[in-house]
Amino acid sequence: MGRLLTVTGLSTEFRTERGVVKAVDNVSYHVDESEIIGLVGESGCGKSVSQLSIMRLIPDPPGRVVAGTAVFDGVDLLQFKRDSSEICEIRGNKMSMVFQEPMTSLNPAMTIGRQMAEVMLVHMNIDKNEARERAENMLMQVGIPDPGKRLDDYPHQLSGGMRQRVMVGMSMLCDPKMIIADEATTALDATIQAQLLELMYEMVNKYHTALIMVTHNLGIVARYAHRINVMYAGRIIESGTVKAIWANPMHPYTEGLLSCVPKLGEKLLSIKGMPPSLINRPPTCAFLSRCRYRNSGCFSEPARELTHVEGQHSTACNRRLEAAGL
Amino acid sequence: MINYIIQRVVHAVIIIVLVSLAVFLLIRMLPGDPIEIIVSQNTLASYGPEYYDQLAHEYGLDRPVMIQFVDWFGNIIRGEFGNSILHNFNIGEQIKDRLTVTLLLGLTAFVISFIVGPLLGIISAIRRGTWIDNLVTVVANIGITAPTFWIGILLIYFVGLKAGLLPLYGYTLPWTDLGLSIRQSIMPIIVIALSPIASSARQMRSSVLEVLNEDYVRTAWAKGLKEKAVIYKHVMKNSLMPVITLQGTMLRQIIGGQVVVETVFVIPGLGKMMVDAFLSNDYPVVQAVTLVMTIVVVISSLVVDFLYGWIDPRIQYE
Amino acid sequence: MDIDIANKDDFELLEEELLPPVNEVKRFIRVFFRRKIVVVGFILVIIFLFIAAFAGLISPYDPYEQDLYNVLSDPGGAHLLGTDALGRDLFSRLIYGTRTALAVGASTALVAAAIGTVIGLIAGFAEGPAQTIIMRLTDAMMAIPSLILQIIIASILKAGVPGVVFAVAISLVPGFIRLTNGQVLSLKQNDYVLAARSMGSSRIRIAIFHILPNCLSPLIVQITMMMGIAILAEASLSFLGMGILPPTAAWGSMAYDGYRYLTTQPLLSIAPGLAIMFLVFSFSMIGDGLRDALDPKLRGTTS
Repeated sequence: MGRLLTVTGLSTEFRTERGVVKAVDNVSYHVDESEIIGLVGESGCGKSVSQLSIMRLIPDPPGRVVAGTAVFDGVDLLQFKRDSSEICEIRGNKMSMVFQEPMTSLNPAMTIGRQMAEVMLVHMNIDKNEARERAENMLMQVGIPDPGKRLDDYPHQLSGGMRQRVMVGMSMLCDPKMIIADEATTALDATIQAQLLELMYEMVNKYHTALIMVTHNLGIVARYAHRINVMYAGRIIESGTVKAIWANPMHPYTEGLLSCVPKLGEKLLSIKGMPPSLINRPPTCAFLSRCRYRNSGCFSEPARELTHVEGQHSTACNRRLEAAGL
Repeated sequence: MINYIIQRVVHAVIIIVLVSLAVFLLIRMLPGDPIEIIVSQNTLASYGPEYYDQLAHEYGLDRPVMIQFVDWFGNIIRGEFGNSILHNFNIGEQIKDRLTVTLLLGLTAFVISFIVGPLLGIISAIRRGTWIDNLVTVVANIGITAPTFWIGILLIYFVGLKAGLLPLYGYTLPWTDLGLSIRQSIMPIIVIALSPIASSARQMRSSVLEVLNEDYVRTAWAKGLKEKAVIYKHVMKNSLMPVITLQGTMLRQIIGGQVVVETVFVIPGLGKMMVDAFLSNDYPVVQAVTLVMTIVVVISSLVVDFLYGWIDPRIQYE
Repeated sequence: MDIDIANKDDFELLEEELLPPVNEVKRFIRVFFRRKIVVVGFILVIIFLFIAAFAGLISPYDPYEQDLYNVLSDPGGAHLLGTDALGRDLFSRLIYGTRTALAVGASTALVAAAIGTVIGLIAGFAEGPAQTIIMRLTDAMMAIPSLILQIIIASILKAGVPGVVFAVAISLVPGFIRLTNGQVLSLKQNDYVLAARSMGSSRIRIAIFHILPNCLSPLIVQITMMMGIAILAEASLSFLGMGILPPTAAWGSMAYDGYRYLTTQPLLSIAPGLAIMFLVFSFSMIGDGLRDALDPKLRGTTS
């Protein structure tokens, strides 16, 4: 499998009234072709922002990508301006995105069919009739009954689950190399959520598409992903295969996330405390105030970078890195 | 859809009847006895009370108010507005002539403001913070806060008197003398349209800024559309919706503005007719003009409603 | 924070929840004065209030004193802005006109707010047919162009300050009814109102102690905005001869009187108009600033 996306040193900031928010701080990761990656973390940890950054979809102002490269299919995406024609050719074509809010992510004043056809008419050399045919075919593939009729519906005539199916279908229309699903199922009921995850899994397998699943739910990722990146306070603090992380979470935060995955008959746990402010972050480990394993060293040492420990497993926890002699 | 239209039309008719009843009753409360306006008090005194009663009977003023209303309303439906008490002209014919003038000016102003306002709004939203945005904001603020008559006076003074570019006042119908008609209409139309242009530009600007933050616009970007396509196909129509709901208010602004503008520019329209009638307590004229104006407003609001329903597919026709 | 609770936009969350809360008064002042144009409006209103308060000290002449040997004199010389057709000093009349405008604007907005709030509260609590009737009548009233409504009512009440105030106030009432009614309808669903209700509070009690305080912010914004609108409406009515009549120094009727002498003495009609625009503009700006600072729901909708 070849390397599809390599992100190095990505940093994104938001300038607000109260100061500069470092939403993403020096993040590096990679995605291979047809690989499924889970990007996990709490709300506000910068996982969505990091993905919007490489798609060049961060609104400026207030946001700005201040450093880093994101080489996708041989091209650094971060060198392009937000609305440059180079990035427009990639967006929706080689790389597409499914967003969290199915209720608001479709244009309320345009039929489903036209919204689907639009993306093909921009990127492919086909006419309206063919675009409509392909859209109908895609609706069938994502399991929408009576797709021919649905094309002429407006979004408000569809349920949330249906709309998200449309979004998934729309993201696949131009046969992209990679899809970013940003909390794509979070807003849906549990049963519909499961159906949609299964659908996305099938689709990316069928078309050998790489998938980045952005979610706060480690349980979802564990079932489908090959590798997991855990983000906290704007940084990746642990990275590894699902198996390795599940068996041996190295960062206390990951451990906390794992205990949050509901298991039958067990009491649901949550991580106490709040993530730190991203405006004036302390030089020490960001998880310090919530960590139950912290020792005196954690208070004096600066936060460590994500460091490789064994196999494909890396962590940023200085306690663990010290224990491993790194 | 048809049910929706019928429902809206019935609604409009009810409003027209209610408003005309209100106007009719309110006008009964106007100071001054209409009969005393027709004949001077001296004459009345010399002829005695019988003459007064005879006149009251002649004008139907001695019957119960509700009967008078039904009678009057029935006549109006038949297109009979009666005669002016003061000048004895046929109100219906007079209204027809003047309505033409008012509609010509009003509709032109409406169309212009509906195009120019949103256009200015969208430009200033997209070029937010630039000199053009600031210019639009300043013009919009002037349009909203400056009195209509004052803008008219300024134009007459600087464009008409000082620069001598356009005729100062008066109105000629386009089919009488097209060139003169256009030259006479320019200043009044600018004055009438300024405030609705300002309101819709402001509304458009803020709704474009809002829509630009919508998730579906992000989706449009994520599809790889160019900026122009995102604006035209996804931002424009959606941000026009709140502006279109505002058009009912715009219409009322335009009609109110016309009353003032017709006075400033001495234009023989309905507005001027109304002001003159009020100032001289000419009951039948006041009633008729107010009613006609209300009907114009209600019908135009109805059209705006349908337009809105046609543009926004989420409106349920039930 | 529980991990599973919030799925909001990352950035929004950062702004709202992760940052320390700020002092409300400081926040109000900071937000209110954030836009330069609001500061300009604020300063202008202070100046206008000052002029109105010290009109007697500032104005060089008695605004009502006629000087028939000195009619329509040019600006400069003894009279800074010249004199009108009756030889009255334009500058002094403009200064006294500030008093009229501010008094009319404030009393109109307050009268309209008082009537509209009471009716709106009643409609919101009445429910059923009473509410429908009130709201339908409000709709019908809003269907009439406000200037026409004002002309009708002003004609009935005869020209003069009280008549104009009432006429303009009536035309502004529907806006206040809608505002209050809308607030009541949404607040009624709130937990604390439901709680008060379940504990047996009477409707009037709930209206006065629970609903009204929560309507206050939008009401203050609306009143400020309407003061400007009222001044503008009064000026139009006076210009048409159905508002405040001469000799009272009112900008609208001054502009109308001066309009006849536009060719020779343009200041007579242009200066009062300029004064109206500045005053209305300042109220509109203060209203904008207040809305940004007071009404969290509307915050950021116009900027």
